[in-house]
Amino acid sequence: MRKIISPCGLHCIKVNHLGVRFNDQVVLEDINLHIHCGSLNAVIGKNGAGKSTLIRAMLGDVAHTGDIEFRDTKDGRMQKLKIGYVPQSVNIEKNTPVSVYDLLASFESRYPVFLPKSRKLTEKIKESLRVFEAENLIDKQVCNLSGGQLQRVLLSLAIMDEPNLLLLDEPVSGIDQNGMELFFKTMDYLKKHYDLAIILISHDLDYVAKYADHVVLLDKTILKQGTVKEVYESPEFEKIFSIGNEEAWIKEEEEND
Amino acid sequence: MIDWTSWLSYDFMKSAFLAILIITPLFGLMGTMIVNKKMAYFSDALGHSALTGIAVGVVCGIPDTNLSMVIFAVVFALLLNKIGSKSTASTDTIISVFSSCSVAIGLAILSKGGNFSKYSGILVGDVLSITKQEIIYLVVIFAVTIIFWGICFNWMNAICIHRALAGSKRIPVRLMDNIFAVLVALIVMMSIKWVGILIINALLILPAAASRNISVNMREYHLFSLIFSVFSGVLGLILSYYTNVATGPMIVIIASLIYFLTYFFGKKCRE
Repeated sequence: MRKIISPCGLHCIKVNHLGVRFNDQVVLEDINLHIHCGSLNAVIGKNGAGKSTLIRAMLGDVAHTGDIEFRDTKDGRMQKLKIGYVPQSVNIEKNTPVSVYDLLASFESRYPVFLPKSRKLTEKIKESLRVFEAENLIDKQVCNLSGGQLQRVLLSLAIMDEPNLLLLDEPVSGIDQNGMELFFKTMDYLKKHYDLAIILISHDLDYVAKYADHVVLLDKTILKQGTVKEVYESPEFEKIFSIGNEEAWIKEEEEND
Repeated sequence: MIDWTSWLSYDFMKSAFLAILIITPLFGLMGTMIVNKKMAYFSDALGHSALTGIAVGVVCGIPDTNLSMVIFAVVFALLLNKIGSKSTASTDTIISVFSSCSVAIGLAILSKGGNFSKYSGILVGDVLSITKQEIIYLVVIFAVTIIFWGICFNWMNAICIHRALAGSKRIPVRLMDNIFAVLVALIVMMSIKWVGILIINALLILPAAASRNISVNMREYHLFSLIFSVFSGVLGLILSYYTNVATGPMIVIIASLIYFLTYFFGKKCRE
């Protein structure tokens, strides 16, 4: 991944009138977003508000209406958007003979992982792992990693082919308080040092307040978006996260633990 | 004193030996992915569908039932994939429904008029009756598999780990699933006569499963799976010659022994 002094701020990603339906049920409608590189955008909302679906639609994993464009605002050129995605978990059970090298190489290289390791590829993978201080994990079995370690490995994978946009789907579940702080610091580091935009689904309103540049309050459609202050002080925010909803919120947190 | 090379003096043993040397590495290789993708049940259902394939051939009056068997298995595999990805019921339920239905139809047709004994050989299989021509078919499918493995294994592994993530990296998820299913169908059908319906799945699954007990990465996984597969194949053939037991079951017994050994001692030895 190419490291730069600071993001140029000239690339932007526009989501226009995005909508998703499952059969007859409207899950998302009329989502409009404008995202600049070098910004951390947090998506907040209740469970079932469509946060994960938004991410999956942007990934192209679920069918959607509307479009997503990626522009260089300097010369107005349209470019192909490269998306890095950090899933919540991976489908690897206990005892699966997949090492961190195998995981990253499978996604990023055509050189078969069942052949002796390629030195060049190993270097490339190490370099990517180094960004998240996970270099020493390269020969570990993925199923034996802790939640935090796995997340750092998945982040390394996500940034390996220099994405313009990083999508993170509730990555903070299963991570302790120290891990959370470290995670948000890493996000901060990434957006400041690499030329990419980040969209993050988060349940932790305190960390969002501390680190996010742009907050999107979602409930089927965008109720409110703007700076932390604008969103947190809005009546829409009040309505979704008011005391009456506190119980539901706590229950949801417990389910996630 | 037993002469340990006498078995090679017969032509049918030479052919069988050659066939084993082709089938077992192929099974060892395919098994790694079948186990990873949790398709053990899928390949089992495919094996059973051989009966239906033969029945379809008999009904349609196709002289070469091998052909109808292969065609039916490929269609069956693609159909299972399609329904599995669409349906909301769990995959093993769907496979079970389709498998039992197709086996029942096959048995009904083949047993009509009390002629089933004509086909019962396919249940156990007989590697000793393999001909030169049939060995050539096996070599071809072996070559195809090796090439496919070299080109597509990383993609398949990525899909296994996370489908949506693989999709976001522009990996053709559906296509890979289908090609793999067809390949499994072809290999199962082309070797089922020599190995037998009842044990073909054991041969596909056991070496890879045993290898999983002791491997920590993909290189070890493949290597051990290949070694276990070829070892149990060759040893099974030789032992079956001297003990006068059917070859297929003998191979499976040895592969099972290896599985249990790795299960109980594998991780301990590594620590």
